[in-house]
Formats: sequence, C-alpha cells, structure tokens
Amino acid sequence: MKVLMLGWEFPPHISGGLGTACFGLTQGLSHHGVEVAFVVPKAWGDEDQRFVKLVGANTVPVPTWTHVQQTVPGPKVETRRTVEWREPEEVVRVAPRVASATVEIPPEPRKRDEAVATTLRLLEVESALRPYLGEVGWLEHLVSVTGLSRDELVRRFEAAPEESRRAVGGLKRALFTAAAEGDPRSIDTAILREERLSFSGFYGPDLMAEVARYALVVGEVARREPFDVVHAHDWMTYPAGIVAARVAKKPLVVHLHASEYDRSGENVNERVRALEQLGLATADRVICVSHYTENAVRSRYQVDAAKLRVVHNAVTHKEQVEGWQGQKHIREPIVLFLGRVTFQKGPDYFLEAAARVVKVEPKVKFVMSGSGDMLPKMIERAARLGLARHVHFTGFLKGEEVERMYAMADIYVMPSVSEPFGISPLEAMALDVPVVLSRQSGVSEVLRNALKVDFWDVQDMANKILALIRYPALAHQLTEEGKGELATFRWDLRGKLVRAVYEEVVR
Amino acid sequence: MTALVFYFQVHQPFRLRRYTFFDIGVHDGYFDDTENARIVRRVADKCYVPMTEVLLAQIEKHAGKFKCAFSVSGTALEQMELWAPDALANFKRLADTGCVEFLCETSHHSLSFLVDRTEFEDQVRAQQKRVKELLGVEPTTFRNTELVVDNRVARWVEELGFKAILGEGADQLLGWRSPHRVYRPEGCERIKLLLRSYKLSDDIAFRFSNRAWSEWPLSADRFAEWVHALPPEEQFVGLFMDFETFGEHQWKETGIFAFMEHLPDAILKDPRFTFATPAEIAERFDPIARLDIPDPVSWADAERDLTAWLGNHMQRAAHEALYSLAPAVRKAAAAGHPELLEKWKKLTTSDHVYYQCTKWFSDGDVHKYFSPYASPHDAFIAFMNVLDDLTRRVAEANAALAPLEPSSTELPTTEAPSAKTPSASPAP
Repeated sequence: MKVLMLGWEFPPHISGGLGTACFGLTQGLSHHGVEVAFVVPKAWGDEDQRFVKLVGANTVPVPTWTHVQQTVPGPKVETRRTVEWREPEEVVRVAPRVASATVEIPPEPRKRDEAVATTLRLLEVESALRPYLGEVGWLEHLVSVTGLSRDELVRRFEAAPEESRRAVGGLKRALFTAAAEGDPRSIDTAILREERLSFSGFYGPDLMAEVARYALVVGEVARREPFDVVHAHDWMTYPAGIVAARVAKKPLVVHLHASEYDRSGENVNERVRALEQLGLATADRVICVSHYTENAVRSRYQVDAAKLRVVHNAVTHKEQVEGWQGQKHIREPIVLFLGRVTFQKGPDYFLEAAARVVKVEPKVKFVMSGSGDMLPKMIERAARLGLARHVHFTGFLKGEEVERMYAMADIYVMPSVSEPFGISPLEAMALDVPVVLSRQSGVSEVLRNALKVDFWDVQDMANKILALIRYPALAHQLTEEGKGELATFRWDLRGKLVRAVYEEVVR
Repeated sequence: MTALVFYFQVHQPFRLRRYTFFDIGVHDGYFDDTENARIVRRVADKCYVPMTEVLLAQIEKHAGKFKCAFSVSGTALEQMELWAPDALANFKRLADTGCVEFLCETSHHSLSFLVDRTEFEDQVRAQQKRVKELLGVEPTTFRNTELVVDNRVARWVEELGFKAILGEGADQLLGWRSPHRVYRPEGCERIKLLLRSYKLSDDIAFRFSNRAWSEWPLSADRFAEWVHALPPEEQFVGLFMDFETFGEHQWKETGIFAFMEHLPDAILKDPRFTFATPAEIAERFDPIARLDIPDPVSWADAERDLTAWLGNHMQRAAHEALYSLAPAVRKAAAAGHPELLEKWKKLTTSDHVYYQCTKWFSDGDVHKYFSPYASPHDAFIAFMNVLDDLTRRVAEANAALAPLEPSSTELPTTEAPSAKTPSASPAP
C-alpha cells in the first residue's frame, strides 16, 4: 500500500498542531507497512527562487529526500537509517540552501524486534502555503517570506509564461465552478486540457491562486509518483488532492482536522467553505478527528454519512518532556490557559471562571499564554473583573517555553468553544498537570482522566478548579491514572485505522 | 436433602445533588430528593412491587415449601416509607407469611466495619430496630455491605448475638472446597458462615438475558436440572443476588418473572430438594470446617475485594475524610444536633465512594450503569464539597456549644496547597 500524502511541515521544523498530527500519522502508517510519499509545501526565499526559475518551463522542480529505512528480521535486529539526497532527473539546478538541508527524523516508539520495512519519502514542493492563513493575510505573508514588495510579487507572478498563468487561473475557476455545481467535472476539463500540466512561475498573489498553483504542482508529482491512494489534510490541500486523484485515477481520502466553522464561528469565509465542501463531497472517504467533527461535517456540509470515518489524534511522545517535570518556582497554585487567544478557544470563559475562583481562593494565579485577536480585549476584561493582580499574560510562547509553562502549572484549562480535537490537554497531562477541559472538544470523547465542563458553565469550571486546589487526591488521581491513559494515545494504533480506511477504497 | 437458599438484597442510597463549591456554607440540602424519589418509584414499579407479588403467590401456592430471605437497607426502608409505601407494604406481607427471613445489615449500607467499630455497631443496632418496627421480625442472620466478610467482622457480629453471617463463595477463599456447606470463620465460636454459590447465582443475576451465552434462553427446568445434578451431600445452595435483578437489571421482557414463577415447581419436582432460609440452614447444620478470612472478601467484580470502593486515591481520601469527622459529629449530635449525625450517616452509604470508582475496563461498565454522575471525578467533587459543608456546620455547632474550648473539629483540607502535592491517603 502506497499513499501520496499531502501534509504539512516536517521535523525538525514543526510549528503547529496540524503538522504534528500529519507527521505522527506517517509514523503510525509506517508501522502498518504503508509506504508514504509525504508532500509538503515549503517556501523558498527570493534567493532560492532565482534558481528555481532556471528550471525548464515544462518541468516542476521537485527536490526529493529519500528516507530509506531498512529493518532486517532475525535475532540480531539492526535498524539502519539513512537520509540521502537524491536529485530528480528533471531538476536542472536546485537552490544550494535546500540541498544542504538535513532531515532529522526522531526515533519512532517502535520495539526494536519488530521488523517493518517501510519507506518514507519526503517531497518538498515549492509553495508558501501555511495552514490557517486567511485570504486577507496572504500577501503580507508572502512579503515576509520572500522579502519582496507586493508589487514585485505580482509582477513576478505575471512574468510567468502565459500558459502557466492560464493553467492556474483555469484551475482556480474550475474549482469554484465545481464547488458551486457539486460536480467535479469542470476540474477534469481544466487539468486535462493540456497534455502535460505545464507549469512554472512564482507564488500566486492571492491565496486561492496559490492553492490552485500548488494543486497543479502536486498534480505533476502525481504523474510521476506511483501510489494507490491520495490523502489530503484540510482545505488548502483538498484541491491538490482532487487533482492528484483525477490525474492518477486513484481514490481520494480527505482528513478534516478543523473546519472553517471551527476557525471562524458563524462568520465563515465562503470561498474556503466552498473548497471544503468540494473536498468533502469529492472524496471517497472523509476522516474526521472526532465524533464532534463528524457531526459538524454531517450537519454543516451535508456529506454522505456512509463515507465518514472517525480516527482520533494521538500524541508523539517527546523524550524532552521529562526534563521539565517539577520545575515550579511559585508557591501559589497556577491555573493555565495556553493557546491562541481567539473566540474559538474561549479565553473569556477562562477569565469568568477565574473571577469566581479568586473570590474564595485569592491566592490562586491565573496565566493566559498565547496571542490572538482577542488578547487586548481579554486584558481589559481581566482588569474590569478585578483580576489584574490574579491574571498574568505571557504573550506567545514558543518551543521549550511552552513546556516550561505547562510544567509550572498546577491546573490546565482548555475552555474551547469549539475544538475539533484539541491536543493540548494531552501535552499538559504528559507533564503531570491535571486538566479541566471543554466538552465541546473532540479530545473529551476519548479522554477519561480529565474534568469536563460545558464551556459556558463558568460556575462549574470554577467549581472544578477549586476542587483540584482543595482536594489534592483529585489531582493525584488524574495525573497518576492519566499517565497510563496517555500511553494509549498512540499513532501506531491510529495508523492501523487509517490503513483500514485506505483498504476500503483501494481496489 | 439439599436446600436452595434465596436471599435478595434491596438497597437505595440517598444520592447527592450536584453540590458545587459555591454551595458550601450556603445550602445544607445535600440530597437530591427529586431524583431519589424518581428512582425508588421507578424501581418499585418495575421490580419491588411486581416481584414481591410473584414471591407472595409462590409462597401461597407451595404452602410453606417455598422460602426466601431479604435484606433491606435502612436507607431503602426510609425511601420506601417516603416514596413507595406500596412496596414497603408488600415486604411486610412477605414478613407476615413466616416463609421469608429478613436479615440484618448496617442501617446505612456503610463501610463502617473497616474503620469505626462504634459506628458499625450503632448502625447494626439501628437496623435491627427498624426491621422490627417496620416488618415485625427479629433478624438473627447478618449480611454486611456488599457481602463483605473477614474474620474480624464475623467475630464482631457473633458478639452482637447473630447466629449466621453470609459471605461470597469466592475461589480465593474456598480453593477446592464446596461453597454448598456451612463453615465457621477463624476466631469465631458460634457463628455460622453461609456462602454464595456464585456460578448458579450469576446464571440468574447476570447471564440470564445474555444472548451470547450458550445457555440462553435459560428455562426454569434447565436451571433445576443443574441443581438436581449436584452431589447429594451438598447441604444448601446460596443463591444471593440483588433484588433488582428482577425487572430492573433483567427487564420483564427477558422472561425473568416467568422464570421465577416456574422455578419452585421445577426444583420441588425432585423430592430431595427443598427451599430454606439462612437461619434454618444455620440451625440445621454444624460447620464442616473453619475458614480463615484474613482480608475482606466481597461479592463485587472479578477481584471480589474492596477495590471498587477504596481502590483509588479519591475514594481513599473521601473515606478517610468522612470517618475522621465521626467524633465531632457525634459530639454535635449529643449536644442537640442529631440532624447533622443523620446527614453524616447518609454519607457513609458505600455508594458514594462506589461512584468514584475508576476501574474502567470490564467491571467498569457495571459501575457506570449505576452512577448518577458523568464521571467518577464529578462524584468525588460533589461528595467532598458536601463533606466540607457538613464539617463547617459541625464545627459551628460544637463551637456554639463550648465557645471557650478549642474545637476538636478539623476541616478536611483547609489550606490550599499546590494541587501537585500528592495526598497522603493510605488505604485503611
């Protein structure tokens, strides 16, 4: 079984939950003998771009890392890992910075005696796409990635050969036509019009053009890569998944980590929603990260329930985590919110609960870590609720600061209004922090050793925070049994389920 | 002659309402009367009333040849007085037939025997009195909460004058020995121990409606065949089960009532078999051997121990905090606040810690079915909040009593330590 996976990010540079989940899944699949060709968009700066432009007009620059992993069965088992740089024949020249990059793959939690021989190939495709970018912020993002002005970006896109721009524009239009008509045939017309997906040129100056451009590049990859099934993660890669599946005449599996409704509440971006609708409708199977998400897909997108499958996320166990345990410098109990300070994450409910807690336990400290559009409002709100001395705002934390913050906390609260899955409670638990979490989350379906509340019930949230502070046996119980439970959130178990989904559609 | 000894357990706890931290010091209505009334009414309609009718009919039909025994907890008696007097009246009718023995237990279905002998004996005496008052009979056989027995409890019960005690015929206790004989616990002089025959009991109580069971559907004749095939030297077969087996755990639609309507006939078809009460068996047979029971053995779960009640940190902390309040609450009661003692006693009902059980797998399903809470953690929180409030009220009552003396009452956790500090709560 070989899958062309349209994923996001790859170690060592993983910034978001989606990248972590995609990578974890590739590890899980490799446990079950699934070969993964992992396609990731990777932005190259202006300097690199000049080299890419030297590439012939009819070829796609596809730098390829081949990660070969061989395991020999027998009493003396030896695992050999090599990461080698292979230059695809078509690529004339490749940017030096890319060529010298090394890919580090963290050791998998696999037993040494388990003999599984799989290959994970990493295909980095030039694109500045990054999950959860909005249409509005796209140009600024391009400016920051390339260091070029807006005008220069537009000029460079337009300097691409006429046929390239026509292909991008044609596919973009076809995608929205297909979404509106509920019929993917217009996409076929767009991608089959030309014998070969001729493409070259610079990043698309608007997000949808870039999504289309990425789809064309992936379509070209799909012509060269042998695979049995294509698997796309979230809306930005859905068009690419559709194109790849159509080009190779293979089944399509799409994975829904978060929908536009999760990100934006009721104020959805209609174009994003349209592409989600298209992906969900066109796919042969839809994998949802929770039943909570499955229900949303059913009611919001009217997708045939028979093709929905639920595979919960798992955690990638980091060794580093151990190091932070017990690093606590402040005596007072610390209650932590950590995440984007946006509507979806429910920071205001956290503050309302805090106000109720400090009335009875004035010594408790509340920490809100993260940034987001609601942060200024939250700072004002905290002041208005009389919480100025009780709530601390740390701003955005990165890397090990995050883990240090978790380790300092006595209680972690995830008050999300809508959380398709929500991996952060598991991260807190890994650091022995008891968790209070919103029932409006996917993770609450599968996590037992956590206190659960409805996000709007701030009285209950405060009640549970106070119980954790007052009755130490409760925290002890949750962290001790939580450890064992955490060990069951394994990607190799999820990989088996996903493989089963592939087997349903691969003929 | 081999006798079948049916004993049915009837119990209802006073479930707590969703008592939050913000109720502490504000509300002293701990119990969810609406829910408790609803549940006892439902169980009365589905089980207590129809099944007592079945038994009354069988007793009448067999003119003294069909017998059985009941233990009805004090909290269940109180709830029936309040909300299901028709069910209570039927139990009285059963007592009046002379064919039904009523056993004694702790009035509040508590685990007091573990830590507080004073409370244990107090609850046993209270229950004896209640059974006599309401049902007009004097219990001489004892069954402890969840059928827990060990050498110590057996000795205490013996000293209280009981002639027999019931227990679980657990494999770890019996080894190769038969559960169908009368034993005597180590360290006892007079009391007799009657054990539950768990396989035959569970055929009715658990497996009866299980369609995956190779014996499904079980007929009374088939069950009688198994009983009739027992070696002739067996003295009795202890069929001990929850009364809610009939109509509540096994719905009427499974045929459980019809099964019990046919069973006496089927059993009595073979004249070597009879029905008897535990007291009659204790009277009839001398113990065949001594059984050493150093650790408590219960009828619960696969382990037959107390881990369903005191298996995790929360349960042990709750249990410990509860019983540490005993001296202060008795003092308050003696000084004119008996209502505080009664509330405390209602908290000793073992169900409150049972709801906090986190044994999730296989056995866990059963626990979940009986719990009114969304999770065991929620159960712990509500219980501890209630206990916190009660502790404060007891302290206030005692402080008002002797304003110059320092109160001996301690709040369970008055400080706010780091939530990471593990609680020191060893099993009692």
